[in-house]
Amino acid sequence: MRFARQVRLPVLAIAAVASAGMTAWAKGIDYKDVADMLHAVMDSDRTVYTRKVVNRLTIKEKVIKASEHHEDEKALPLPAQMFRFGAEMVAEKTDKFKYSLLSLWPINKQNGPRTEVEKKGLEFVLNNPGKNFYGEETLGGIKYFTAVYADVAVAQACISCHNQHKDSPRRDFKMKDVLGGVVIRLPMKE
Amino acid sequence: MARTGTLWLIWLLATFAGAAVFVGGMIYGGSSRASLVIGRTTDGHHQIELACSACHTSPFAGREAIQKACVGCHGKDLAEAKDTHPAKKFTDPRNADRLQKLAATQCVTCHTEHRPRITLAMGLTLPGDYCSLCHQDIGKERASHKDLAFSTCTQAGCHNYHDNRALYEDFLEKHVADLDLLAKPVVKLRAAPPERASDAKPIDSLSSADAPPAHSGDPRLQNDWLASAHARGGVNCSGCHAPADRTANPSGTGWIAKPGHAVCATCHQQEVATFTQGRHGMRLAAGLFSSTGSLFGAKDAQPLTPMRPALARLPMKADAHATDLTCTTCHTAHRFETRRAEVEACLGCHDDGHSRAYLGSPHHKLAVAEQAGHGPKGSGVTCAACHMPRDTHEDPESGEDRLLVVHNQNANLRPTEKMIRSVCLDCHGLGFVIDALADKPLIARNFTGLPSVRVESIDWVKRRLAEREAQSNAPAGKK
Repeated sequence: MRFARQVRLPVLAIAAVASAGMTAWAKGIDYKDVADMLHAVMDSDRTVYTRKVVNRLTIKEKVIKASEHHEDEKALPLPAQMFRFGAEMVAEKTDKFKYSLLSLWPINKQNGPRTEVEKKGLEFVLNNPGKNFYGEETLGGIKYFTAVYADVAVAQACISCHNQHKDSPRRDFKMKDVLGGVVIRLPMKE
Repeated sequence: MARTGTLWLIWLLATFAGAAVFVGGMIYGGSSRASLVIGRTTDGHHQIELACSACHTSPFAGREAIQKACVGCHGKDLAEAKDTHPAKKFTDPRNADRLQKLAATQCVTCHTEHRPRITLAMGLTLPGDYCSLCHQDIGKERASHKDLAFSTCTQAGCHNYHDNRALYEDFLEKHVADLDLLAKPVVKLRAAPPERASDAKPIDSLSSADAPPAHSGDPRLQNDWLASAHARGGVNCSGCHAPADRTANPSGTGWIAKPGHAVCATCHQQEVATFTQGRHGMRLAAGLFSSTGSLFGAKDAQPLTPMRPALARLPMKADAHATDLTCTTCHTAHRFETRRAEVEACLGCHDDGHSRAYLGSPHHKLAVAEQAGHGPKGSGVTCAACHMPRDTHEDPESGEDRLLVVHNQNANLRPTEKMIRSVCLDCHGLGFVIDALADKPLIARNFTGLPSVRVESIDWVKRRLAEREAQSNAPAGKK
């Protein structure tokens, strides 16, 4: 009994701290905000690479080409590849979020929508300029918060590639058109 | 009743004894381990099958540990091959339904060991039409692929699951106009000798040899060394035989009579590293033991012995069966001339049809002509030219590209299309090469004759290219 009394206080203290921690966790940042923050970084990096590297060097200054076979061609990786390389590296580092670049007119057919939420999201951002799509879906037994953001043609390099690529199913893109969407998934705590 | 009890006791003791022998054999190894291998291993792993812990890194480790072991040996090769289906592509939740059909994040999903009855070429243990699980719509996307059987994707010379560096559409397109034989058919030439690692001056006299009297060897060995690249590079006897301080002790202590591959690796790091990745040297790779140390250190773990032709599954010459394969097996100690290692050393052991057909083949005739001074440098094609080609590789330490002979002769061997970029395209056009590598009888004849197989992929690419050109040349409004 004496031992039990000695132990009780620390246990209660730990429980109180844990409870506070749990409350703090429960009041954590909204999934939507987390997705928006991640997207802000991704979108900014993507735009910077597209405009300040690829567009500038390939179209304005014409000093190097960008190619999907960039190693063979000694060229720059395409902006979409740059984005996917990052997504793949992130996938190797963490399972706390996943992201991908998809399109209703994918050059590689594997990058078309595969889930209902992806399809709805890509159609939503296409038809609602300036708005994002948020939804939930269960994939492989795990519930995800899924956010879809419009991927817009921000430079001439985007549309010239998409309009000229032999596997592109659509060839009439113009500047500021929605080419596809960035899909971010966060596994949800039950 | 007492008799029944005794019988039960005997049965229990016998069961425990049998289990102890089995478990002891598996864990501690030794001669019993070979008979306890459960199911014949694949051709790629059989040489190291007694080193169970190479794959089963701990007795009760699950799939993750196996996966880690797979990646530990094959990961770098897959990365260099620009793996088109890396595990990281499948971890996106959007592929969860696909992963349920095919767990593509795990090597063992397609390459299960110890399953000889279902093991196909490349160690594949899935039905050959597995591509259909994800690419079932390819017939709708590509008219050329309509009605093709999915079992042909990787069997017809068009695609591989991992390595498509020489097979992707734009690469084919770039090579549609290639001639069968290029205008200047030469393999990659030897790089300039590396700068000497030390300040040692070339040795041009036997009087400079620093071997202690007891180990000076016979004059033939001394002269072989004096004529070698080692002597020209200032590597004295002690450089290899007394590697600890590279100075010969007059008393002969610390002298190694037959330096092994580890000594070679002190200067030829990448050559030895790649040697221990291939079938010739994989048994010498670090950390492979045929038995585990036990009895509190009283019994040491036993490393695998060097590969011997007798252990091979390919036909080998009987008189070579007992030869241990180390660096000097092919390069010979003291002379270390590379020419012997290009053909003579290979044919000293290999006795399969492809090897036997080399002598007298067009490639061999070119090699003879070059050696006789009748052909340009690099025009000869030896065994090593194809199976241990010189190629540019990134130095892991400096990050700089370096022309290197990869001594893992498996690195570009399977699937055969891996050889296209590293070797074949030095001399031949892509379409010709793809056809030749798809023609198994031609390979068996060591490429004596012309391909009798036509892989249509390059024709389809030509057709698609022509269609695009016709479309772009069509008058506006008809596009």
